[in-house]
Amino acid sequence: MIAFSTLIQQLDQTNKTNEKVLALRNYFLSTPPEDVLWTIALLSHRRPPRPVTTTLMRTWAAELAGLPLWLFEESYHIVGDLAETIALVIPESTATLKPQKLNMLMEAIIALKPKGEDEKKKFIIDHWQSLTGLQRFAFNKLITGGLRIGISQKLMTRALAQAFEMEENHIAHRLMGQWTPQNTTLDQLLFNPNPEDLLSQPYPFYLAHPLQDRPDQLGECAAWIVEHKWDGMRGQLILRQGKWYCWSRGEELISEKFPEFEAFLSLPNGTVLDGEILPYKAGKIQHFALLQKRIGRKNISPKLLEQYPVVLMVYDLLEWEGNDIRAKSAVERRELMERLFDQYQNQNLPWLLSPSLHLPSWRAVGGERQKATAIQSEGLMLKRADSPYGVGRKKGDWWKWKSDPLTIDAVLTYAMRGHGRRTNLYTDYTFALWQGDTLVTFAKAYSGLTDEEFRKVDAYVKKNTLERFGPVRRVKPALVFEIAFEGIAPSTRHKSGVAVRFPRILRWRHDKKITAANTLDELKALIVQ
Amino acid sequence: MKKKNPVPLLEFTSKGIYCSLADVYLDPWRPVAKAIISHGHADHARWGHKQYITHQDNVAILKHRLGAIVVSGKAYGETFSINNVTFSFHPSGHVIGAAQIRVEHRGEVWVFTGDYKIKNDGLTLPFEPVKCHTFITESTFGIPVFHWPDPVEVHTAINHWWAANNKAGRASLLLGYSLGKAQRLLHFLDPSIGPIYTHSAVGNMTAVFEGTHAFPPYQNLTAETSKKALAGSLILAPPAATEASWLRKLGDYRSGFASGWMHTRGARRRRAVDQAFVLSDHADWPGLLAAVKATQCENVITTHGYTDLFAQYLREKGWNARTEKTNYEGESIDPKPTL
Ligand SMILES: [Zn+2]
Ligand SMILES: [Zn+2]
Repeated sequence: MIAFSTLIQQLDQTNKTNEKVLALRNYFLSTPPEDVLWTIALLSHRRPPRPVTTTLMRTWAAELAGLPLWLFEESYHIVGDLAETIALVIPESTATLKPQKLNMLMEAIIALKPKGEDEKKKFIIDHWQSLTGLQRFAFNKLITGGLRIGISQKLMTRALAQAFEMEENHIAHRLMGQWTPQNTTLDQLLFNPNPEDLLSQPYPFYLAHPLQDRPDQLGECAAWIVEHKWDGMRGQLILRQGKWYCWSRGEELISEKFPEFEAFLSLPNGTVLDGEILPYKAGKIQHFALLQKRIGRKNISPKLLEQYPVVLMVYDLLEWEGNDIRAKSAVERRELMERLFDQYQNQNLPWLLSPSLHLPSWRAVGGERQKATAIQSEGLMLKRADSPYGVGRKKGDWWKWKSDPLTIDAVLTYAMRGHGRRTNLYTDYTFALWQGDTLVTFAKAYSGLTDEEFRKVDAYVKKNTLERFGPVRRVKPALVFEIAFEGIAPSTRHKSGVAVRFPRILRWRHDKKITAANTLDELKALIVQ
Repeated sequence: MKKKNPVPLLEFTSKGIYCSLADVYLDPWRPVAKAIISHGHADHARWGHKQYITHQDNVAILKHRLGAIVVSGKAYGETFSINNVTFSFHPSGHVIGAAQIRVEHRGEVWVFTGDYKIKNDGLTLPFEPVKCHTFITESTFGIPVFHWPDPVEVHTAINHWWAANNKAGRASLLLGYSLGKAQRLLHFLDPSIGPIYTHSAVGNMTAVFEGTHAFPPYQNLTAETSKKALAGSLILAPPAATEASWLRKLGDYRSGFASGWMHTRGARRRRAVDQAFVLSDHADWPGLLAAVKATQCENVITTHGYTDLFAQYLREKGWNARTEKTNYEGESIDPKPTL
């Protein structure tokens, strides 16, 4: 626990990648294996379920610090991190707890979950009172989860590779899947994996980078495979020894959500496919929102299957005849995949082959990109024809070139203090559109302005507050912003009746009065039927 | 006996905090005829007033910063009257020469803190609580997340950091405001580790205190200073010293920033220095509360920082507290060219 919190401090203190990796490497080499295992789990989003709600943590922290709850909440909004706020408001105490090993503490946290509230409160307050500021912060992070401390899985993998003198790719592969520190050991996980675990083990997903400029700089158009960027859920389908597994990009086993994929067992053993799971009905790809109806359900009833059928839009082949073929070129992998697809075409499997768009020039590619939304695609994928299948976010071989975002002019109606680095400014905004003569909220956005613009809007908010609700202020409607978003779908959960994806501020429309902002009906007209 | 004054003793106007009975302003932000100045920071001591009255140790600071001005200096506790209103300066512990301003008329007492801190910094005369009816307090760090660590430990950490950089043959760039923070940092640097250089803004300001305060040897970094001379040294500079051309002169270096804002991770990430040191010349949360209590006041007016949150908390605790808008900026996390 002490070593772990010191590690967090070291990672926090430097903004240099090499120093972070070095700190991790040294930690891995100097820490007992059971704690290394827990650290890997925590840094790869495998935290145990939260034993108490954050609401209770807030209440107890305010109580212990002798603060009214509203002041604690305001402080939290200013600091931007709950674990940190709690660590900061509780006065330092002199009593210290016996140093506890990380794995012991984690086991205690797991054991806490089913206990009664009084017992939970005692456990947590005892720790708050006996740990020093830094350890208290680490402890809170362990309880609340979400250990976001500027360490990507890639950096952790690199540090492990350096510490144990293994190849980064091998480590990345070994870390995949649904292991927990309780059902494995460091030795089993990294050095001597048992064959049964290997059966279901997925390959690390290769991720595309967004293309910022025109594609011309990528060289000859002919050296690239161009496909659509499908708007669904990334999935890896594994067929080995008569068993099948489907993994999500978040390394969750999602086989149960898609029972229709059992049909893929008719494909040869030793096949692994990479693709996008899409809602698909009556020969047409459906809107992404329909997929969420499937993902969101615990029980997949036959009725649900019938209502919201899916397909796997296949775009890569990672394992063939039991061999890892990721090192083959994209063209070769595609050839094998197309052959497989042809061979099993008549079997009525729930799959489609993501077509390679043979376009003569970048200009033609650009034209195709703008048509993408009409077929429920977000734009295009550009894959270097001679490239192997990479690991993680390695830059250069896969690019996503999204269609231009949809935009609309909306009115600023509410503002909230920013989190993290924008602690003193009102930078989280709510935007509304006209419906008759009232403004209806349709989106929240907190990025897209320059620091200077944020300061100006902040000053406006402070001078034009109509009402305050805790950290939120209702402001006099007067400022118009152009809001961009990636997609739009009907929604019953939103007051506006629509949900937009990834809204962000494109620019401040100083030239527009609020009467010139768009209407809700104009927004709804953007929904592709 | 306290008799009610017909108008408030101090009012908040567009030019600054105004005492109409004496026709004088406290730390005004627009040019006025007569100004009483709490301390030398740019947001409190502005240019353009006809006459300045301030603590005697602040006179040299004002002259250094503002050039030829008409200024008179007073000692701490020395009273002076203007139209039957009595004024005096009392240590605020903020920076050298900084004072709270006490204003009294017919037994009613107001105190304006300017900026202050409670913890003794070892260089400035410590804060002295002054009994009053109305307390105008800064609240730069007026939320309960700010609890300062022991400054002695921070100075030790700074020397350790410098020593480690020195051992690695690197320079250490330590950032802090030229008035106050820089002298405090300098005073506690251990000159046995290596040579100390100052950015001219820091060096020239510190020269004002030569003879009255003790500092280890230092010299201004100039165009002639070689990178070789800087290796292993410590360079003390204002937070605004971030121009690439100036930084390039330093060779291989690590940066550190000493400020109260460095207490939160978000601010540390935003400032993106290699090392953050939590060291402030403002009061932390317990300090603000202790100061308010020590004055035995009934009314509190909060200025700069988290004014509304601090005032609301005080109201819940029984004080008659409110917020007034001023143009003071408090300690800023971002570089400001004027300091
Ligand atoms: Zn000041
Ligand atoms: Zn101030």
